Amino acid sequence: MKTISFTLNGKPTQLTVDETRTLLWVLRDDLGLTGTKFGCGMALCGACTVVVDKQPMRACVTSMDDVAGKSVTTIEGLAKGDHLHPVQEAFAKHLAFQCGYCTPGLIMGAYAVLSKNPGASRDTISSRLNGHICRCGTHVRVLDACVEAGAAMKGGRS
Amino acid sequence: MIRPAKDPGYEMVVPEGWGFATSFDRRDFLKGSAAGLLIVIVFDGLGALEAMAQEGERPAGNYPTDFNAYVHIDQAGKVTCYVGKIEMGQGVMTSFPQLVAEELGVPLAAVSIVMGDTDLCPWDMGTFGSLSTRFFGPVLRKAAAEARAVLIQLAAEKLKVPEAELRVEVGTVVHTRDPKKRVTFGELTQGQRIERKLSGKPELLASSAYTIVGTSPPRRDAVEKVTGKAKYAGDVVPPGALHARLLRPPAHGAVLATVDTSEAEKVPGVKVVHEGDLVAVLHASREEADRALQVVKATFRPARSTLTDENIFEHLAKAAPEGETPSQGGSLAEGQKLATRTFEDTYTKGYVAHAAMETHSAVAAFENRKLTIWSSTQTPWPLKSQLMKTFNLGPEQVRVITPYVGGGFGGKSAGQQSMEAARLAMMTGKPVRVVWSRAEEFFFDTFDMAAVIKVRSGLNASNQIVYWDYEVIGAGPRGAVHFYEIPNHRTVVRGGWSHNPPGFHPFAVGPWRAPGSNANAFARESQIDVMAAKAGVDPMEFRLKHLSDPRMKRVLEAAAKQFGWTPKAGPSGRGYGVACSADAGAVTTNMAELKVDKSSGKIDVVRLLCVQEMGVVVSPEGAKQQIEGGMTMGLGYALSEEVRFKDGAVLDTNFDTYELPRFAIVPKIETLILPSDGPAQGGGEPAIVPMGAVLANAVFDAVGARVRQLPMTPERVKAAMKA
Repeated sequence: MKTISFTLNGKPTQLTVDETRTLLWVLRDDLGLTGTKFGCGMALCGACTVVVDKQPMRACVTSMDDVAGKSVTTIEGLAKGDHLHPVQEAFAKHLAFQCGYCTPGLIMGAYAVLSKNPGASRDTISSRLNGHICRCGTHVRVLDACVEAGAAMKGGRS
Repeated sequence: MIRPAKDPGYEMVVPEGWGFATSFDRRDFLKGSAAGLLIVIVFDGLGALEAMAQEGERPAGNYPTDFNAYVHIDQAGKVTCYVGKIEMGQGVMTSFPQLVAEELGVPLAAVSIVMGDTDLCPWDMGTFGSLSTRFFGPVLRKAAAEARAVLIQLAAEKLKVPEAELRVEVGTVVHTRDPKKRVTFGELTQGQRIERKLSGKPELLASSAYTIVGTSPPRRDAVEKVTGKAKYAGDVVPPGALHARLLRPPAHGAVLATVDTSEAEKVPGVKVVHEGDLVAVLHASREEADRALQVVKATFRPARSTLTDENIFEHLAKAAPEGETPSQGGSLAEGQKLATRTFEDTYTKGYVAHAAMETHSAVAAFENRKLTIWSSTQTPWPLKSQLMKTFNLGPEQVRVITPYVGGGFGGKSAGQQSMEAARLAMMTGKPVRVVWSRAEEFFFDTFDMAAVIKVRSGLNASNQIVYWDYEVIGAGPRGAVHFYEIPNHRTVVRGGWSHNPPGFHPFAVGPWRAPGSNANAFARESQIDVMAAKAGVDPMEFRLKHLSDPRMKRVLEAAAKQFGWTPKAGPSGRGYGVACSADAGAVTTNMAELKVDKSSGKIDVVRLLCVQEMGVVVSPEGAKQQIEGGMTMGLGYALSEEVRFKDGAVLDTNFDTYELPRFAIVPKIETLILPSDGPAQGGGEPAIVPMGAVLANAVFDAVGARVRQLPMTPERVKAAMKA
């Protein structure tokens, strides 16, 4: 057991936990943040993607020790109140989801890519999101949404 | 957070906005004590079910004949529709309210929807087979139309004018000549219980009068799904709930011999359950439960199966039951006499996993002799029946609640994880969460069937198909019967996803998005292409020449135009493919363009087109999503997806070896839905059906090699190029 201090969705957070536990199950079981999904448990599907210090990370293979002193953003931390982030807005508008289970992870993955490079090309986004699986087959819409969100973020929205 | 209708005595995390937590108690409402218009009419609209029976899909239950089970209007004019269907991404949560709003005459925003809750919603057979819009849609439309007729009758009495002089305008009944005479639906209901019998059937609106159906409103699940608020079964956490992990055999057919749980019992806070073949460890923390399971020591007697993904086809051919002949005509012997060129080919396809992103999940709570299950299921009522039977409970003692389902594709039709959660909740007295690991998901999946399909056919001197002798083993009847003009033909179906001899398939199989159709379309459309190439005729024109169905011809011609298909006999080197199918009432043509890397055999799909005629479309954008999704998913079974297994063990346990379509391989996708006034048809399945065939045909067109086994892995493409 160890006391881990980190920033979670903008809020300073302290948890005393077994530091080898994964961020995924601490978020889901201890903190009730169920937007981060379990899909494969081996960083193969991207459903559990969160952003740690601007990097997309698979929460299912990220230990609590790994996030000590860092800033973690989950899907719950992306919107500002009722105001959706441009990536969320674009996913909703382009119907870039069906069952929605992979969607939080994809949005966090896209958010990480576009925050660094809002002008990323469709091909670049596609290759950066290749670690995400969507079984419903919303890929073309996800890319449409990302290109549009990137343009909005380039225009200063974040 | 919204609370369930009956407070179970503790704060429960339930799907926000899911709707089952309403301001009134639905059961009281059904008994007639709550506010709102109660329309008691005997529902004569069982036509939908008769139509289903014709397709061999007679459900084991009944839709209520009382329309108030489906539609409720409160004093404020708010409309709630109750449906037993579930939302797994296909979009009916958005399209059903469109149907109700249209027929009732209220704005779309006035209609809310409650789904998949056995305490609140009317019985339903399950969400599968592209049946929701096709067969349940008309039920819901009739319910709304009857409600509208009753409201007009009530208004006529209140306003003292003949019914014929009244019309409905956005939730209000208005006098045609004197619009000051008006009364809202809410004013009419006044919270009274009203029973009415209508003489005659109210007419449904003509499709030309639609203002809501045929538009694409925003999806109702959009905001919840992009913010992470959407709840799935595994997100439901009753207080005190325990995660359960179960001991699993290493192979199908392996039998537990010895088990030692002493190490697992040392994990602080763990509960160990051992009863017969059930060995489970439970803990509030998922990870502690995982750890405890890892230290359970068990030995198993090995499975007897010697089947593998390589020898399976030989086995299926040997073990196949005698079979049925769903279609035949003319005389095969006569056809063979007429043939100047004959063809005999065998096509195979491996087992394919559903691999929904949400693994099977269920949460069970057993309190005050009532079992409540939140389940990722496509079949809440069949699951309820199964729970009642297994645990000897009455109908009032079981409630199945279906939050958002994270993908189904037919794979969430069985109830195993729910039975496990229920059994453990009843044994431990605690709410229990069962969320399968990905390995469990692959192990217990009800796979899409492997298939062996033999086709013998012949052409006469003028390149007409004169006979067609088709035998499908393993995949079943759906899509087996061809739709071409062939004078002498026979279709034989041996085995499928049900009613098989024991041990025919080495593990559970079940419906997988248009079950059997994918294999059947692959064989049929490949064979058509084989003959077109030998005849030296363009494959699109060869099909047109053998089609008489006007819908099929229209779709194929529209596809050729949209794609920019210029006729050329294959192999043209262009890498163009075409394949047709008829599934779930829709007719579909897919076209593809691809490249083949000749040194590696790797296929690079450049673009895909799907043209579909599916009757009236409720939400065009929603239908497009289904078509695109079907085509994208279909890239998997066509190119890479195949379950590897040996001696009862499933060797693929995660996405490292089992390859689903990813962003890198998804091409440009174009869809075109042809306008139609016909009844709404299925939309969830048809577009995936021709995917194996269209890509196999395009591979042939690109490099002249015919691949007769799915998936078309680079090795198989290379082997076909050498042959």
